[in-house]
Amino acid sequence: MVRFESVSLSYRGSGARSASLDVLLDVNFDLADGSFRWLLGPSGSGKTTLLRLMNMSLRPTGGEVIVLGAPSGSVRRSVMPRLRRQIGVIFQDFRLLPHLSAFDNVALPLRLGGRPEGQVRADVMEMLRWMGLTAKLVSMPEDLSGGERQRVAIARAVISRPRLLLADEPTAGLDTIQSERVIHLLRELHRLGSTVIIATHNEAQVDRHPGPALVLSQGTLVESS
Amino acid sequence: MSFRIISLRPARFDELGLRRALADRMVPFLVAAMAFLAALAVAGWMGAAVLTRNWEGGAGSTLTVQVPRPGEQDAAGSGTRLSAVQSLLLAAPGVATARALSDAELNTLLRPWLGADMKDLAVPVPAVIAVHMNGELADLPRLAAKLAESVPGTILEDHAAWAGRLGTLARSLQLCSGLVLLIVTLVTAAVISVATRSGLAARREAVLIVYQLGATDGYIAQRFASRAAALALAGGAIGGVFALPVVFTLTALAAPLAGVQVPMMTAKAAYSFLPLPFWLLPVILPVAAALIGYLTTQVTMRRWLRQLP
Repeated sequence: MVRFESVSLSYRGSGARSASLDVLLDVNFDLADGSFRWLLGPSGSGKTTLLRLMNMSLRPTGGEVIVLGAPSGSVRRSVMPRLRRQIGVIFQDFRLLPHLSAFDNVALPLRLGGRPEGQVRADVMEMLRWMGLTAKLVSMPEDLSGGERQRVAIARAVISRPRLLLADEPTAGLDTIQSERVIHLLRELHRLGSTVIIATHNEAQVDRHPGPALVLSQGTLVESS
Repeated sequence: MSFRIISLRPARFDELGLRRALADRMVPFLVAAMAFLAALAVAGWMGAAVLTRNWEGGAGSTLTVQVPRPGEQDAAGSGTRLSAVQSLLLAAPGVATARALSDAELNTLLRPWLGADMKDLAVPVPAVIAVHMNGELADLPRLAAKLAESVPGTILEDHAAWAGRLGTLARSLQLCSGLVLLIVTLVTAAVISVATRSGLAARREAVLIVYQLGATDGYIAQRFASRAAALALAGGAIGGVFALPVVFTLTALAAPLAGVQVPMMTAKAAYSFLPLPFWLLPVILPVAAALIGYLTTQVTMRRWLRQLP
């Protein structure tokens, strides 16, 4: 499902003499289909970069990332859109489209996948109802609170039941009840067969929902369970 | 729950927000200006083509023969010098007609230069014969020599040389029109490309999000290209409509040069006088502008998207 083979990522400095910045160093792990992992580590340890590599929005500068059977170094460009539609991403900064309503934001992955409009409507309504956003269907992102925006972003990431779900601090900014609902939703997706990886700072949350973890420190994988 | 408030995907669903990013003001205005210039260039091309045809087929196929002392007996004593020249001309290969101009016609021709009636002039005026060729290759130097030998003093004037120069001028005008058309096309493509890049800069984040959610390059490029084509279509239509009366006026002014008289600029006269491509301009220009807009945007967007991982 997801395999990292001696993966490293470094950014070159802009000047001729400036040193390169190593963000990830020799990361190796293998996640089976349908697995669950917490992704832990302090700020700047490389969690978001790791998720971006899994999402194929970044290419490693060393080693190989294999996601859903597609190796990053040799995957054909024409295959990428279909691959991405099988990966749901909850971004730390939500990344909602500001000119679309909550409904249209959540519907976007289904529409891009060519789902019939009648089915899109039913699925999105159900998802927004579950997220407690029924009253915000036509609200624009700028009219939503931070928590509501986050829930819309989560709904968009999970609406198409992705095979791989990557969540970057999905409960940051949510109250305890909403956080628990989100974690339950993600665990439910995992139970239904999705591979779920959740990056978080929240140790209490991990304690409440114990599970295997990948732990990063200064770009190095220090623990993999 | 009211169905009214739920936005089912409308036909013009604008997930990239392009109605704002590719605004409907600047692009149509610039494309309209380009379409206007293109219309002038096309009209210039068509006009020059008509002039070339007319000058090379008209003046280029006529000769003028002057016969001094036309009423005198010819050397053989079989008739007048004028009738002798006419006979020789009509017997020559390539000559279709050889008609002597009447006194009235000569008067009309000479009055601007001599300012008096021919009969009042002290100097003798030669007869003038207008000769029309039938397109066959004629040996004009030989014909001129034969005329001069049989009827001394006869002068043959060949119009082909200056008609050829006018034809060259007209073809140069055609070439210039073609170059203008090419430049207008390139500038239009550049305008569309810049507008696309500007729209892309404004919607970069939205494009990246949609791309990340699984949109193909073709899908994103199609969204931009459709919007650009619609704006270019509008601009082309505006430019074409505005150009129509201007081109019509210029064509009517140039018509006498092609031997066509347009006594009154009425719609009926215009309809019969102007060629069909002229009337198709308001249709051809928007379609061409839309095509340029569509293809330019497709290329611009796909090149940019190929840089993404």
